[in-house]
Amino acid sequence: MTRPSTGSILLGLIPFTATCFSVSLWDRIYPMVFGLPFNFFWLLLWLFLTPVCMWGAYRCEVPRMNGDQGQEGSPR
Amino acid sequence: MSPSIIALTITSVIVLIGSLLGFLARFHHKMDLEQWTVAGRGFGLVFVWLLMAGEIYTTFTFLGASGWAYSKGGPVLYVMGYAPLMYVVSFYILPPLWEAGRKHGLQTQADFFHVRYGSKYLAAFVALVGVLCLIPYLQIQVTGLGLIVEVASFGGIHRTLAMIIGVALVAGFVFVSGIRGVAWVSVIKDALLLITVVFIGIAIPRIYFGGVGNMFAALASAKPDHLVMPGSTKNLGHLWYFSTVFMTAFGFYMWPQYFAAAFTAKSAKIIQRNAIIMPLYSITMSFVLFVGFCAVLVLPHLSNGDLALLTLVRKTFPAWFLGIIGGAGALTAMLPAAIQLLAGATLYAKNLFRPIFAPMMTDPQVARLARIMVVVLTLGALLFAIFTSVSLVSLLILGYAGVAQLFPGVMLGLFSKRVTTAGVFAGLAIGISIAALLMLTGHDPCYGLNAGFIALSINFTVTVLVSAVTAVRVSGFEQPSLAVAALTRGNSSRV
Repeated sequence: MTRPSTGSILLGLIPFTATCFSVSLWDRIYPMVFGLPFNFFWLLLWLFLTPVCMWGAYRCEVPRMNGDQGQEGSPR
Repeated sequence: MSPSIIALTITSVIVLIGSLLGFLARFHHKMDLEQWTVAGRGFGLVFVWLLMAGEIYTTFTFLGASGWAYSKGGPVLYVMGYAPLMYVVSFYILPPLWEAGRKHGLQTQADFFHVRYGSKYLAAFVALVGVLCLIPYLQIQVTGLGLIVEVASFGGIHRTLAMIIGVALVAGFVFVSGIRGVAWVSVIKDALLLITVVFIGIAIPRIYFGGVGNMFAALASAKPDHLVMPGSTKNLGHLWYFSTVFMTAFGFYMWPQYFAAAFTAKSAKIIQRNAIIMPLYSITMSFVLFVGFCAVLVLPHLSNGDLALLTLVRKTFPAWFLGIIGGAGALTAMLPAAIQLLAGATLYAKNLFRPIFAPMMTDPQVARLARIMVVVLTLGALLFAIFTSVSLVSLLILGYAGVAQLFPGVMLGLFSKRVTTAGVFAGLAIGISIAALLMLTGHDPCYGLNAGFIALSINFTVTVLVSAVTAVRVSGFEQPSLAVAALTRGNSSRV
């Protein structure tokens, strides 16, 4: 199996850092943004930003995937 | 007409339309094992999306998440924390998995272990773990179904009766249409749920407080502690959040039913694109949480937090609307239950019963046994749901901690050449034992950490250490001849 490229893994680590490892930094009520407590707003924000990161990761992977398919051909 | 009859009629009509769609999905498709379990690997972006989206909204997220927002407060944010991350994990794991699935004709999670590690005993163990973890998950859907219909009918239909009717329908369309039935019911269920959840998430705070912002402002001044971790609990703090989000993000696609959903796609690209867009779908979760937080101030003395959303809807809206919520909610319970049944039944028949007890069974016989198991598992979950009163959340967390232990075997199996069968066996056995021991003795969270996370860490370490000292066997994915031999008879026609 081909491993994911380093670039795409680094992009995938961004959402992990932002919403999982850094919880003590953003788990607070104030400042409220758009009427939401800050922790709520922060997690909601990352529901929008995660697809952006992963789209970047996809761009990293696509050239490699095309290369793979060219070599193997389709068994079906 | 009395409100209960109006609500009940609407709920029933929605459930019946959904079930009918499930039954009709088999048209033009011969239901052999390949069609029944992975729809002939022919699903495009829309169907894969529907299938996976249909699965994240279970009764737990609908009733349980709003219930946690109500009774626990801040810790419920873990639901929004893991939602995008599990798709990040799936972005890397599912495409190679799909590729292995296509090359070697894999239909279940245990098939993967069977071919990769060349051991039918490891595969049977994985299947056993999968089926055992699925039972509590199934039970949650069944109980949730009972609760929803009971509230929606203003107590007119008893919980037990609702559960029996609901699961009979589910077992019926799974029995007949397999995974295609599930994908089709997703269409109606998702449309209904999305519209109603967004509507009540906006309308309820508006009716009681004039808007979401005002609602949170009122909550922040009345109960500021409720909005941050550990909320209204003592032990669900930041360490717990981190470890739970981490374990859930990695554990999610280890549920046999979600794992197998990857095999239904037409191409690996479809799965990756799906992983990119899915976090957007989780945005709707926040509306469910709005309702739960709103109930804190509006209905301060509920005995069962899981009823917060339904009770608030019943208090706020006319009966016909409660009927729609009831119908959407019932489908939300039935659909995941269907997928869980399908996965559990196939695992049992194909990876546990045939290899260990009856190696001479043909594929059609396995398909028949799987259908019988649908009925058996349905009855099992129904009996559990009727006769036990163990807290649903604790059952789910136990199941999650169990399936998450499969992650090292999957991840290392895909990307490492050094991992050995003995290593995976040892890690999995120890991980499951520790998770079960800590949780069943009430040590979750343990030192602030999620017990499943602790078990997963030890599991991973053991897998790596034992792999380092045992002899490496060539991966079944590298040697196709071994793979064909491993997956027993029947599949040879495909390879």
